[in-house]
Amino acid sequence: MLSSLFQQFLNGITVGSIYSLVALGYTMVYGIIKLINFAHGDIFMVGAFIGLIISIKMGTNFTLVIFIAIVLTSFIGVLVEKIAYKPLRNRNSARISALISAIGVSIFISNLVVLINGPQNESYPQLLPNNILQILIILISIGLMYGLYYIVHNTKVGIAMRAVSFNVNTARLMGINPDMVISFTFAIGSLLAGAAGVLVGTYYRAVDPFMGMMFGLKAFVAAVLGGIGSIPGAMVGGLILGLTEVLGVAFVSSSFRDAIAFGILIIILIVKPTGLFGKKTKEKV
Amino acid sequence: MDLSFLFNDYVMQVTTNTGINIIMVLGLNLITGVTGQLSLGHAAFMSIGAYSSAILSTSLGAPFIVSLVTGTLTGAIFGAILGIPILRLRGDYLAISTLGFGEIIRVILLNTDLVGGALGIYNIPDSTNIYIVFIAVAFAIFFMYRLEKSRHGMAIKSIREDEIASEMMGINIARYKIISFTIGSGFAALGGTLYAHFMTYINPVDFGFMKSIEQLCMLVLGGMGSIFGAVAGTIVLSTIPEFLRFASEYRMLTYGIVLILMMIFRPQGLFGKIKVNV
Repeated sequence: MLSSLFQQFLNGITVGSIYSLVALGYTMVYGIIKLINFAHGDIFMVGAFIGLIISIKMGTNFTLVIFIAIVLTSFIGVLVEKIAYKPLRNRNSARISALISAIGVSIFISNLVVLINGPQNESYPQLLPNNILQILIILISIGLMYGLYYIVHNTKVGIAMRAVSFNVNTARLMGINPDMVISFTFAIGSLLAGAAGVLVGTYYRAVDPFMGMMFGLKAFVAAVLGGIGSIPGAMVGGLILGLTEVLGVAFVSSSFRDAIAFGILIIILIVKPTGLFGKKTKEKV
Repeated sequence: MDLSFLFNDYVMQVTTNTGINIIMVLGLNLITGVTGQLSLGHAAFMSIGAYSSAILSTSLGAPFIVSLVTGTLTGAIFGAILGIPILRLRGDYLAISTLGFGEIIRVILLNTDLVGGALGIYNIPDSTNIYIVFIAVAFAIFFMYRLEKSRHGMAIKSIREDEIASEMMGINIARYKIISFTIGSGFAALGGTLYAHFMTYINPVDFGFMKSIEQLCMLVLGGMGSIFGAVAGTIVLSTIPEFLRFASEYRMLTYGIVLILMMIFRPQGLFGKIKVNV
């Protein structure tokens, strides 16, 4: 019983740390341009598929696979921002327009993958040794999150990101180019999503073109849970969501798995819309 | 001229389906276009109407008109119950929680054996015909038209334009939002009821997130906030796939592109006049 509980905890933290990686992308983009980037979940899915293709074509070298995946996804993230969001931002469109545009991008990306690769599930190669798989996933996630934290707090572009999220116009007066900073935010967020995609593929050993939708929405729930706009919030929110989901499936019922996350979301939004860290830490990136 | 080719089963079927979509998109238009509250869970209310009426018709053997009215009212009641807590939220938070409710309802339907679970409900009486749909569409258009011209219509339009200013004018925002949401959900449920008795078979997969997006796409293409736009957008997107059957695998891809391009170049839709600012 105790060892099974420990195992479930480990599973929860593994899934939760991947949720955190994706949630960070949502929270950073929301912090800067106040947009729920619906396409983020699909970029995560594309990351998983790029990893799959690389590992088939160039061998199952994990470092190489994840490196190429994150480079390409960050490129795709910036491309999406330039094509679908920037024209709207420049014309000061309504926020609902940007949201609908983001939904459009999401549908487009997932169906493009269906068109290229077919709608079927693909099995994923084994990229990491099986016995320490979960520990490695957790460590890689922590490493990436620490890297992000370092960038946001200790580099010039990180300071610029925080400035833009605080107030775009004042930041512009201080000589910051907000478009550049926003692109950088999309690049970093998509990079984390791409890494998460490869990790999910390695963990579950299966990917499909529509996995981004549900996983992305849940990661968004994690971001809201932690307080959207807050980086530590996204990390903690992801862990809480992962643990709740895994423990709920293990000890209550597996058929309501997808409903758990949305139940949490609605309760949070009604009871405390700012999330756990929304008020306490004013940090918004 | 021989026009009999217009009256074969296939054309009837497409027309009926389009009519049902029009009713639901008009409901969505009331919530999203006229009141300015983005809803991503419209298909959930469709499913509530479809399921409640299908259960009445199959298990209890109720006459069609009873199922129709009960299904619609059940959807409206659910709209009110769900609307009261979530309509305090604004903008994208509201959108995401309607999405959440939609998914929760789908998961519940999927896991409740009483309503057939993943198998759904079959052998629903084939009661929907083109005349009933025609009457329902005419009713929906008339109702929406009168509603927009009424006091209520003025109030909800002012909420869309500026929530704070309309509150200053003494409009009870929460009340009007909930009324809109209830009526809009009621129309979704009416559409769902007709859909169930048209298809004679329903299962939870029919009412997923993609269905909500499809309806939103119809509304956005035609023009949010315009009855004519909602009807025209629905007709275009319901019939074009029939002409482009050979390219059906590009259908969802095109939906995505349509949404992006419309938002960039013509956010008010093909026939809309207003600028929606949320």
